[in-house]
Amino acid sequence: MTRYKPVLVAFGLAALIVAPLGQGNYIIYTLCSWLLFSIAAMGLNLTLGYAGQVSLAQAAFMGIGAYITALMTLNGIHWSLAAIVSIGASFLVGLALGYPALRVQHHFLAFVTLAFNTLLFLVLRNEEEITGGSFGLVGMPRPSFFGIATDGNLPFYYFSLTCFLLAAAVLWWILRSPWGRAFKALRENPVRAESLGLNIRRQTLLAFAIGSAFGGLAGAMQAPLVQFIEPGSFALIHSLKLLLMVVVGGSGLFFGPMLGAAVVILLPELLRFTEGYYLIIYAALVIVLMVYSPNGLIGLGMKLYEKFKPRQEERRDLKQGVQL
Amino acid sequence: MAELLQILISGLAAGSIYALAAVGFTLLWQASQTINFAQGEFVMLPAFFVLIGMTVLGLPLWASVILGLVLALLILGLAFKRMIVEPMLPHGTLPLVIATIALGLLMKESVKEFYGATAQPFPAIFPQTVYNVAGASVSVQDICNLIVSMIAIGGLQLFLNRTRTGRCMQASAQNPAVAEILGVNVRRMVLYTFLINAALATIASVLISPIYLAKFSNGETLGLVAFIAAIVGGFNQIRGALVGGLLIGVIDNLSAVYISAEYRSAMPLILLIAIILLRPQGLLGTPEGRTV
Repeated sequence: MTRYKPVLVAFGLAALIVAPLGQGNYIIYTLCSWLLFSIAAMGLNLTLGYAGQVSLAQAAFMGIGAYITALMTLNGIHWSLAAIVSIGASFLVGLALGYPALRVQHHFLAFVTLAFNTLLFLVLRNEEEITGGSFGLVGMPRPSFFGIATDGNLPFYYFSLTCFLLAAAVLWWILRSPWGRAFKALRENPVRAESLGLNIRRQTLLAFAIGSAFGGLAGAMQAPLVQFIEPGSFALIHSLKLLLMVVVGGSGLFFGPMLGAAVVILLPELLRFTEGYYLIIYAALVIVLMVYSPNGLIGLGMKLYEKFKPRQEERRDLKQGVQL
Repeated sequence: MAELLQILISGLAAGSIYALAAVGFTLLWQASQTINFAQGEFVMLPAFFVLIGMTVLGLPLWASVILGLVLALLILGLAFKRMIVEPMLPHGTLPLVIATIALGLLMKESVKEFYGATAQPFPAIFPQTVYNVAGASVSVQDICNLIVSMIAIGGLQLFLNRTRTGRCMQASAQNPAVAEILGVNVRRMVLYTFLINAALATIASVLISPIYLAKFSNGETLGLVAFIAAIVGGFNQIRGALVGGLLIGVIDNLSAVYISAEYRSAMPLILLIAIILLRPQGLLGTPEGRTV
């Protein structure tokens, strides 16, 4: 598998570049939203798959990013500055939220983030003077870079793709750095990681805050893409949807969230003929997938691959841990 | 004063129903480390079993309630444990969390598609007469709800502490390996826990539906409230869940009147965050060892 990886990645890149050519507006729009949800899901994957913490507030961080970006760009500030502020704000909120929660047992972050998401929804809905209440904010301009406007859907797609690739590269770099390897050590064997001198709490907190910052970036992209934001887009159910993306794709795997986001976003289109039964079928599929393959779709694929691969007995004493 | 009394009583009545859901939630956590995100839907669904019994099969109310209880025990207790929880336990908490989220969605959408999206009137079990006590209007329904929930939780507490089976269940929750060695059938004890959760959910459902009407989306708020009540009270104590439920019910009603209707639902959440910051084991909970 590893040998073909660069080739596969190059193919994937080429596919991403040609994908929107000659497509209608709706498909390009769907692709853009896939890209931005992938970014948010990648961030959540860092928290969930690598640091092993359940966060139920990724949509809230997207909301923070989207509202900050919307308010700043509506006041004539350039998108790139707004995006940096969004990412920074999400990071700081993540730190503030994670610091007390990670003091105690592992599942408390899930509870705190769940409460935070609901609270943020209430604040966004009730503070009408700033956030526009349930009517939301409309008409965010799409950014232009060096005189190139991204008003059209195709240029905006390439803009989203650039952001996506940057985010993926940053995540790749984080995971390859000694510091990112510490995350994995932490997930695999926390006691041993601590005995080797890792500060578990600080590592987990940073993973959560960085994951949240990815959510902020996704939100910053959502504001100009949809050009309309309202509190309902960042409610708890969307956090659960993001969690679903990560787990359906395969948590703890680099490409898992991208696959998961594709499934969660494209499946409604594919199941459109089932009309009202769509969510029922979808929920049933998720349960079946979780029962048979808790590692998500990639895990399922690897399981099948292992089954049909010509077998070779490995030296058990050299067996490696989970691969990236 | 009269107003305060009235708010307190209706808060306690609502809170006792929340407590039923919260106790079930706590039991599942203790017995099998299941964080049941579908708990709200577990409370929403039995009301529809009862309605099906009454409208489709034409049974009287009491027979429909029994039918609802039996269906809940089979589906929410036995099938939930055998088909979803059991195969996933070896894989840790996360896939199970996702599966219960999906299960909640499945139940909610099925009710919406197959029964109807509108709120259904649900027959009252208790008379809805309202008495005037010291200037406060007190409804018989509220008092009866409070009494029934208290009896259910009290009975459960007695069962767990005074009977052999109850003690075996506690032993299985505290240390499954040792319990198994001592001859306790741990799997059966866990099954009992799931059945008790289903029964508690049915009671809560039958008590709350006459007030809020039976609606597919009832589970969203109920689930969140049960969740908060369980954590506020103490995740590993039944009486913690009871206190948490009552407290949330009262705070919810108080803040609706005295603080602001807009931020009504924020108060329990703020309480939740405060509890996690100041007393993470919950009001009555005992600290668990750090898992990391």
